[in-house]
Amino acid sequence: MASATLPEIPVYDNSAPRLSHLRQLEAESIHIFREVASEFEKPVMLYSIGKDSSVMLRLAQKAFYPGPIPFPLLHVDTGYKFREMLEFRDNYTRELGLELLVWRNEGALADGANPVKLGTQRCCGLLKTTALLDALRHYGFDAAFGGARRDEEKSRAKERIYSFRDKAGQWNPKAQRPELWNLYNSRIGPGESIRVFPLSNWTELDIWHYIHLEEIPIVPLYFAKKRRMLVRGDSLIPLEQSFVQGLPGEEQMVKCRLRSLGCSPCTGAIRSDADTLPKIIAELVSFRSSERANRVIDHDQEGSMEIKKREGYF
Amino acid sequence: MALIQTLDERATFEIEEFLIEEQQKDLLRFSTAGSVDDGKSTLIGRLLYDSRNVYEDHVRAVTRTSGGSAAQVIDFALLTDGLRAEREQGITIDVAYRFFSTARRKFIIADTPGHEQYTRNMATGASTADLAIILVDARKGILTQSRRHAYIAALLGIPRVVAAINKMDLVDYSEEVFDRLSHDFAVLAERVGIASLEAIPISALEGDNVVRGSERMPWYEGPSLLEYLENVEIAGRRADAPFRMPVQRVIRPDQSFRGFAGQIAAGTIQSGDLIVALPSGRTSRVERIVTFDGDLESAAAPLSVTLTLEDELDISRGDLIAAVDGQTAVTNHFAASAVWLHEQPLALHKRYLLKHASHVVPARVRAIRHKVNIETLGTQAATALELNGIGEIEVETDRPILADLYGESRTTGSFILIDPASNATVGAGMIREVLATAVAEEEAPRIVLAGRAAVEELEKRLLEFNYPVVRTRVKDQALLRALLEAKVVVLVETDGPAQVVNRDFLLEPVADASVDGLLAELEVGSGDE
Repeated sequence: MASATLPEIPVYDNSAPRLSHLRQLEAESIHIFREVASEFEKPVMLYSIGKDSSVMLRLAQKAFYPGPIPFPLLHVDTGYKFREMLEFRDNYTRELGLELLVWRNEGALADGANPVKLGTQRCCGLLKTTALLDALRHYGFDAAFGGARRDEEKSRAKERIYSFRDKAGQWNPKAQRPELWNLYNSRIGPGESIRVFPLSNWTELDIWHYIHLEEIPIVPLYFAKKRRMLVRGDSLIPLEQSFVQGLPGEEQMVKCRLRSLGCSPCTGAIRSDADTLPKIIAELVSFRSSERANRVIDHDQEGSMEIKKREGYF
Repeated sequence: MALIQTLDERATFEIEEFLIEEQQKDLLRFSTAGSVDDGKSTLIGRLLYDSRNVYEDHVRAVTRTSGGSAAQVIDFALLTDGLRAEREQGITIDVAYRFFSTARRKFIIADTPGHEQYTRNMATGASTADLAIILVDARKGILTQSRRHAYIAALLGIPRVVAAINKMDLVDYSEEVFDRLSHDFAVLAERVGIASLEAIPISALEGDNVVRGSERMPWYEGPSLLEYLENVEIAGRRADAPFRMPVQRVIRPDQSFRGFAGQIAAGTIQSGDLIVALPSGRTSRVERIVTFDGDLESAAAPLSVTLTLEDELDISRGDLIAAVDGQTAVTNHFAASAVWLHEQPLALHKRYLLKHASHVVPARVRAIRHKVNIETLGTQAATALELNGIGEIEVETDRPILADLYGESRTTGSFILIDPASNATVGAGMIREVLATAVAEEEAPRIVLAGRAAVEELEKRLLEFNYPVVRTRVKDQALLRALLEAKVVVLVETDGPAQVVNRDFLLEPVADASVDGLLAELEVGSGDE
């Protein structure tokens, strides 16, 4: 019996100048954007207005420069987004000359869908997941970029860069396509689609650092300033579209900021003095809880993110 | 007030220092392979926790679920265990990517399961790794699975391997045990072709030599695992490697600009350099290296750039821009190591789609030279490659590709195979040897006459296989001959019976007029020939 000895692997010298980790991540993301735009018929970028979306937009600009971004942006508007988010969205996309599509689950909103009446799970299900799937189906998009990162949450650590979704838009963690090197399989059948995560290998710190280096515009809610909040225990509850009835003395001016942007009834603020990007990064480095811990929605039950993802949530 | 301001300014100053430090960090990607009980999840949990890369809410979550006892025990393994299904079974079954950083470096871990039935996941994690950590249980020594992990690391071309001799606490931190196992591993490394090996005695459970050195092993003078990871030279890309850039996209916003966008796979390019476009073989010089942040004088792998050339060459997606002085083998026939990724075994002569760099070409596996018994590392004859099987195959592509050897370029020496019927990624390959260009076989018919519905379906199916197709209703011989010259498949709509045109330009009836039957006449799709 012969022996299966392989040719010896050369250990290359280190003479090539190495890129910093951020430039490596940037180059990898640009590669992904170009692959998708070239291999799919109708891609779209899911635009959530948050910091990760801002980074995705910049990377897409870089990928196709000096040409325009060759796909539209889609914002799934739950109807409960902060006013400052919507203003930022409209101004920034207009300034960059991008095609922006906005989709709302008008039926559910007309029926008075809200997180208190339905519970956060069902509310998210209708206003985010259902709305997203409806929008993708309505426009016939076959690939959708999302800003999810693998460092966010345990179930996301196993997500592929090209994440295959069946005809119902659902994710099956047991039937993921193997993904080797940077060779992505873009083949899909009718009605199937791929969610693409170009920021898969970025961490939250990488995102902030990149925003700082590149001077990327973000929604002002990320920066600390004195805001009128409902203060209850450790929680700072924004007053905008709030469903929480304040008790006497609970309404206070607090210097605070939002760590991640969601719907106003379900997003808590944190006390903070971080009113510049370096200060936000300094705060982040000293933080001892993950960014999603501030989102009310993830507290519903253990593994709730994975359940949402199976149903088609981003 | 003044005091507050001073403090504030100092805080800002320090963060600026931190940001500069951050900016200079490089990136090391490593893979880990291990089975349920060799403590791999514990090691990674410990590495993240001791280097302060775990959030408190995550630690709380695994302190709670480890439940039962009153003592607050952190279950390090649960910190990194992912999906619900896996937690229920208590094993890791897919590649999970984890991130941490230290003052010197950023790390991406591809955390892979270690059992034989997950060979494909190990190969996936290894494909992008600069370094592999292979866990060895100090009580058990080099087992079959250590051989498997070492072999996969070598197969996927990971330049460096660390043998982490774990559970030293269970062998009384014995120097003798460590010496014996590191020697055994060195023998294995040489056998499978690993050039750079480092053995480190650790206890993931107790934390010895994971992040900090161990007082319990004074006889060991080497670095802790993290010290090694932080300081090891990343076996980088050679500056003198021949330039390679697969063209992903032609960027043409207006008449005045035509740029070729891609990520540099190997080597360095400067404006003014002579390049060759493959497969056409036409040459030109680089005019500009364009990026959003301004033109560059030179650029190296792995940057994503857009090149403009001095001459107007016909280059499109799937072509490759290469240095003229680099050896380039454009071929349709090569030998490769393969890992089979799918339940449906590799079938000889079946048509697959091969994705290599930025292009997809139909391809067939013409021979399986042998398969590897991963338990013994011996080779044996085979007629098929099953799920998780590893072997050496000979591949023939419909159109030539630039076949770099995997040992010289991981990016342009690798490919995946896709089953066009199911769209599944079924195989992964690493090019080992360029073979003499395969001569085309006796050609199958290329003209089909069929009804409108059948023609429409045929066209769709052929396009799925990336065939160039032309549909027509004109039955003019001169036109049909011209189309054949252009090497396209011609579908002629007819109201009569389905027929094919043979090489002598004579009409022949078909045995099976269904779409599948017609595809079989064209020798397209699955099945032996």
